[in-house]
Amino acid sequence: MTTPATGANRPEADGDVPALEARALGHSYGPREILGGIDFSIKRGEFVCIVGPSGVGKTTLLRCLSGLQKATAGELLVLGTVVDEPQPGVAVVFQDYSRSLMPWTSVLHNVTLPLRANGLKTAEAEERARQALAQVGLQPTVADLYPWQLSGGMQQRVAIARALAYNPTVLLMDEPFASVDAQTRSDLEDLVLRLQRELGLTVLLVTHDIDEAVYLSDRVVALSGSPARVADIVDVPLGTERDQIETKSTHEFAEVRAKVHGLVRHAASSGPAASSAS
Amino acid sequence: MSRLRTWVSLVALELWLPLLLVVIWWFASENSTSVYFPPLRVILQSFAENWLVPERALANLGPSLQVIGLGYGVALLGGIAIGTLLGLVRPFERAVRPIVEALRAIPGVALLPLFIVLFGIDQPMRILLVAYGAAWPVLLNTLDGVRAVEPTLLDMARIFRVGRARRLFQIILRSAGPQIFAGARISLAITLIIMVVSETVGASGGVGYFLMTAKSEFRISSMWSAIVALGILGYLLNILFRIAERYVLRWHRLQQARLEKAS
Repeated sequence: MTTPATGANRPEADGDVPALEARALGHSYGPREILGGIDFSIKRGEFVCIVGPSGVGKTTLLRCLSGLQKATAGELLVLGTVVDEPQPGVAVVFQDYSRSLMPWTSVLHNVTLPLRANGLKTAEAEERARQALAQVGLQPTVADLYPWQLSGGMQQRVAIARALAYNPTVLLMDEPFASVDAQTRSDLEDLVLRLQRELGLTVLLVTHDIDEAVYLSDRVVALSGSPARVADIVDVPLGTERDQIETKSTHEFAEVRAKVHGLVRHAASSGPAASSAS
Repeated sequence: MSRLRTWVSLVALELWLPLLLVVIWWFASENSTSVYFPPLRVILQSFAENWLVPERALANLGPSLQVIGLGYGVALLGGIAIGTLLGLVRPFERAVRPIVEALRAIPGVALLPLFIVLFGIDQPMRILLVAYGAAWPVLLNTLDGVRAVEPTLLDMARIFRVGRARRLFQIILRSAGPQIFAGARISLAITLIIMVVSETVGASGGVGYFLMTAKSEFRISSMWSAIVALGILGYLLNILFRIAERYVLRWHRLQQARLEKAS
């Protein structure tokens, strides 16, 4: 048994090795090619978003990156090692909290299950879980409730706490705010940004929302075409401090947003997959 | 105090109609001269003699309870185990599906002669027959439940490297819980049927044996008392079942209640 504490941000780790790297990563379902050679890497402590139009293959890409699905071409590297299955250093926050949380057990137990499964003693797992629940802004009393007794936003916080408690090297998020209302969405975006800054997390978030991607990211990976390829990787020079209103009204934000928009729209108009999806 | 009051009112709510019917039965049958429909007073007298005196009750009920306890226990464990196996191993399930469909269509009691030939006429035969006949509903429901586990939860288990045992007992079987219980409830009813029928052959005790001897010796009120005893036994077993279900599926009951309120 390995502990999940393979350590986000081990200071002794080689800073040059990307936390996660895709090399010509491709995926086909039979003759149908979804991903056509994806290349990018994410450094430790970086926040990267992958954007693309609906149906471009974002979910397939995330499944390949998380190790849930074997890529049919190319390589996936976690901390410089080629892998093809889920890694102890990789946690995922799934899109739909109502499906990814276990309805038959308490919030606390939902968070401790991965920890217990990786060899932590009950007391230690519970302490870490309570700490993670506090980090995502949930009251201690929430721990004993069933997840479905909470609001959607709070449930997704539980899912984030579960991933945090696992202490991952890379946190993958699959459209994590797609099923909550706009206000909750902003709150959760700021929560993830704050956690990423405070804990030095490495986050890779997949979204179809360009504003969200630009607001959150250090870099935006724009996907296009069918099969999907990386259209461009755009740097986001907005600094570390971000604010839902101020940041989004800056000239730089508008500029990056327009650039990504152009890439994605171009993708939508040129890709045959997009025409069938929309 | 208020807790006691809720409890009393719950019991009252549960029992008012049965008690009313008993009262009606009592007065309607009081002047009965029919041999086959004796007054309830006489039936209850016989009931008190045969089912409430400890040593008589033990002789009459003991073997039946043994068949129920062991037979139903084996049916549950076996049904859940085999159902889980078939649900998780797809190719295997496809291969045995026709056999399963054929076997489940044969009523358990129809196999009584075969089981007598194979296992004799003693308790083990009855326990095995109950185990076999009652296993089907829980087996098939477990199979369906195990298959219907939310795929995202299985992805979650893989991502967080949850091992086999935890995945089985804390995710798959918990998820299938409501369906397993629905099957187990049907299995319980089948258990009682097979228990009584199997005791009519070659037994030296038990409710079915008592019924048959009372009938053949023309002790009609005794026969009726056995029927009453069976009814009460079924009712009590059902209460035990409901208590277990309330405890294990607490989450499901509360969640359903919440969904109903929301819609």
